Amino acid sequence: MARIELQSIAKSYGSVEVLRDINLTIEDGEFIVLVGPSGCGKSTLLRMIAGLEPISGGEFTIDGRRMNEVPPRDRDMAMVFQSYALYPHMDVARNMGFSLEIRKAAAEDRQSKIQGAAKTLGLTGLKERLPKQLSGGQRQRVAMGRAIVRDPSAFLFDEPLSNLDAALRVEMRLEIARLHQRLEATMIYVTHDQVEALTLADRIVVLNGGDIQQVGTPLDLYERPANKFVAQFIGSPTMNVLRAEAKGDSIALSGGTRIQVEGDVPASGVSELGIRPEHIHVAGSEAAQFSGRAELVEHLGSDTNIHVQVDGIGPFLVREHGHVPVNTGDEVGLFIDPEKVHLFAEDGRSLR
Amino acid sequence: MSALRKSSPLAVTGKYLALAFYLTFALFPLYWLAKIAVTPDKLIFSEGTAMVPSSFTFENFRTVLIATDFLSYFKNSLIVSLGTAAITTCVAAAAGYAFSRFDFRGKRLVIALMLITQMFPLLMIIAPIYKIVAAVGLLNSLTSLIIVYTAFNVPFATFLMQSFFDGIPKDLEEAGMIDGCTRFEALRKIILPLTLPGLGATLGFIFTAAWSELLFALMLINSNDTMTFPVGLLTFVSKFSVDWGQMMAAGVLALVPSCLFFIFIQRYLVQGLTSGAVKG
Repeated sequence: MARIELQSIAKSYGSVEVLRDINLTIEDGEFIVLVGPSGCGKSTLLRMIAGLEPISGGEFTIDGRRMNEVPPRDRDMAMVFQSYALYPHMDVARNMGFSLEIRKAAAEDRQSKIQGAAKTLGLTGLKERLPKQLSGGQRQRVAMGRAIVRDPSAFLFDEPLSNLDAALRVEMRLEIARLHQRLEATMIYVTHDQVEALTLADRIVVLNGGDIQQVGTPLDLYERPANKFVAQFIGSPTMNVLRAEAKGDSIALSGGTRIQVEGDVPASGVSELGIRPEHIHVAGSEAAQFSGRAELVEHLGSDTNIHVQVDGIGPFLVREHGHVPVNTGDEVGLFIDPEKVHLFAEDGRSLR
Repeated sequence: MSALRKSSPLAVTGKYLALAFYLTFALFPLYWLAKIAVTPDKLIFSEGTAMVPSSFTFENFRTVLIATDFLSYFKNSLIVSLGTAAITTCVAAAAGYAFSRFDFRGKRLVIALMLITQMFPLLMIIAPIYKIVAAVGLLNSLTSLIIVYTAFNVPFATFLMQSFFDGIPKDLEEAGMIDGCTRFEALRKIILPLTLPGLGATLGFIFTAAWSELLFALMLINSNDTMTFPVGLLTFVSKFSVDWGQMMAAGVLALVPSCLFFIFIQRYLVQGLTSGAVKG
């Protein structure tokens, strides 16, 4: 059980402010992912929650109890480090049971918990090995086992998959998702990989430059980004953003092309239009709103990415489902889905 | 490809020849030491440069052990060297840990001061040291040597230990602290076992340095009771003659503790104890 609350949390090193006014409530059993570009303060925030980094301002509570000054060992949280941080002189079983050993748990109890975690993670045959005798994926599992054995009130993950190769990363991601389903524990997960964020999270917290940009479910962030940063950070490939202005109930792009938009268009303040690559489509000459030249075509099998240069407007990325018979150098007509248009103000705020 | 994997026999031969040459060069003085030690006195000068003496004797060893104060020198040296090594390593480990893990005001200043102490030639400071030791009434005592050696070795040993601590990822302590350790428990249960090679190397280094130190021992000690072994060796040189056989025998015996010490700590010197802790 752990309901974690951050109220106006701040962090500074001397005069350098790393985090400002962070407010966040994490419900019991929730899977929260902190995501953002490197240097945005996401790892620092996690380390402050863990107790490894002092909190400069604000209040941090777990189930209503103030935790700011509580040392890490009394916070009842387990953490999985990016580097795994396995104790090199202890075998797998002792690594996993170390927290119980420190807390002087009974030997049988310790053994059964280690056994349970080892079974869950497929480490049963490796209990006597030293960390150096394990592969990267196995080490990752031991690090997770060490966290599970403790049965903590919350799990903290600091970019746990970034040292694994692509295939293993997908596998471990699934395993973490399953773990969350099974344990129903509060989990806070830091990553810079938006795919991890979108697939694992109940809610995502997008951080940039020490501020929370938006908190919401993965679909929320994808469909209703609060600002241009979130719009471009979430979703792959990145959203196309073009200069634009409101003209009555339509939007004019820089080349003079007008785009009809479904719903209301704010009378003023529109400075940019955002459209995800999957919401622009290749169209025949009668349906096309404008056209451009295909500079590069990437055939991915399931999708086709077409980089189109439109005179007077700029480069576009178009993503079509399946195979599209377009070749590099072709003239292609484009059609923007009027329901999926995002509009941004000068300061990046989302207008729709 | 095969040329990359298998070096040519010529290169292998060359490599071993170079190694053999180096070993001969490094070990020949030791061989000569041992050879003279077992050569009977009357043959030392007559057979001069013969590689192997025509007859052997252990008479020199017997004389050194029974008829001279060698055992007392030996005991004094052992006390001084072990004392110095133990104290220096403890101080250096604590200081090295602090330098490696904490940021505190004046850290750079302390490091700079420690480096400065290493810049003066010993001859420059030997007179002031003598004055200080005399003033506190520690002349002719082993304590004075332990203090002086410790003071001179702590800076270097600290930097050595700091580099060993730097090599141990911070994550390990943090993982320990999250697992329920206090900082000190994490240090004792996680960091200390991983620092054993570093401690071994530092102990060995300081022990050898103190074991063979002559200059301060010569200055601060002149009573026969408190002489350390390097000073004691000089008693084999009298005004009119040098007792080569006994001197060399004493030298051979003096090698024994160093060798034992290194055999004892060599398993801690083997690196790679920390591999596998974090993804490298």
